[in-house]
Amino acid sequence: MGLKEGGETSRPAGDTKAPESVFTTTLDKMVRWARAGSLWPLPFGTACCAIEFMSVVSSHYDLARFGAEVVRFSPRQSDMMIVAGTVVDKQAPILKLIYEQMCSPKWVISMGVCASSGGFYRAYHVMQGIDEIVPVDVYVPGCPPTPEGLIYAIMKLQEKIERGDPSHYQVVLEREAAAARGRELARV
Amino acid sequence: MAEFVLENLRRRFGDALERVSDDRGDLTVWVDRGRVHELLEHCKRDPELDFCFCMDVTAVDYLSLGGNPRFAVVYHLYSLATGKRVRVKTGVPEDDPVVDSAVDVWKSTDWFEREVYDMFGIRFEGHPNMKRILCHRDFQGHALRKDYPADLRWKLLRPDDLLDEISPEEMQRVRARVSHPISE
Repeated sequence: MGLKEGGETSRPAGDTKAPESVFTTTLDKMVRWARAGSLWPLPFGTACCAIEFMSVVSSHYDLARFGAEVVRFSPRQSDMMIVAGTVVDKQAPILKLIYEQMCSPKWVISMGVCASSGGFYRAYHVMQGIDEIVPVDVYVPGCPPTPEGLIYAIMKLQEKIERGDPSHYQVVLEREAAAARGRELARV
Repeated sequence: MAEFVLENLRRRFGDALERVSDDRGDLTVWVDRGRVHELLEHCKRDPELDFCFCMDVTAVDYLSLGGNPRFAVVYHLYSLATGKRVRVKTGVPEDDPVVDSAVDVWKSTDWFEREVYDMFGIRFEGHPNMKRILCHRDFQGHALRKDYPADLRWKLLRPDDLLDEISPEEMQRVRARVSHPISE
């Protein structure tokens, strides 16, 4: 934080006003701001959507401009899972396991219609949306979505984080905890 | 045209060839199920035919066409030496869906036959590892049968262990080579 010219010592005695470069906030807000600006994506790419994702993180669309360019291929080091592509039933437990390995707080973006609803695979082998097994925060339409579409989704997620809205994961956890408390009360 | 192919097969198999069609040079022979393995072996070993390449094994469900027998297993063969192709079909009834495996003739048919088993429920006798290949272990029924509901799904709760993709014999060899234990 730069000081005004002359520095702190040159202020006249008795001036108790804070310098212009200092602002007050809450720790909570500060943390939210930092989280929103440094998302660490984990790509779960299974189909053509993953190709669009690659162009989003490459130089032309440059996801670094939004603070989410450090793509990690380990769930332990990431907090935003981008499911890009068709997820078949055989893959469902793998997706769930990788999601569970991510540290909280964590968010999920469902990229494209296959991940969001099964897309045109209304068939014997494809999940009809990954929200059957993992809580999703933002859905991106398109087959595949444009890079702008995914960037818009990430910006939407950043707004959500900065507002302090709970991730869908937290919502599910709280719902489950409330249900458990209800069961406990019913038992007593 | 592939006249010499048909003549060769007629000389050896005669009446076992149930039906033959040659649509625009695209030769298809239907053969009795009991002799299909013999015919495939002949196609590969006979120096005149020399069908060294089994391009695909698949099946057809003739349910809605009223086929009797219901299924047909189809082999697509290609000869790199003569550039000729032949399609071999054999009828398979619904109450006894078994065909002799061709893995001992072409090793490449291993996964093709597993796919046919997975999708149509036709078993291949003598196959080294006759199990599903595409659908998961808790899947029930066979998805490409015409009486399978198109969007009936089966959930899988635990990941399929990919280690059992390896044939039991190969798995034993792997176990003997590594010092650390591999989970069953």
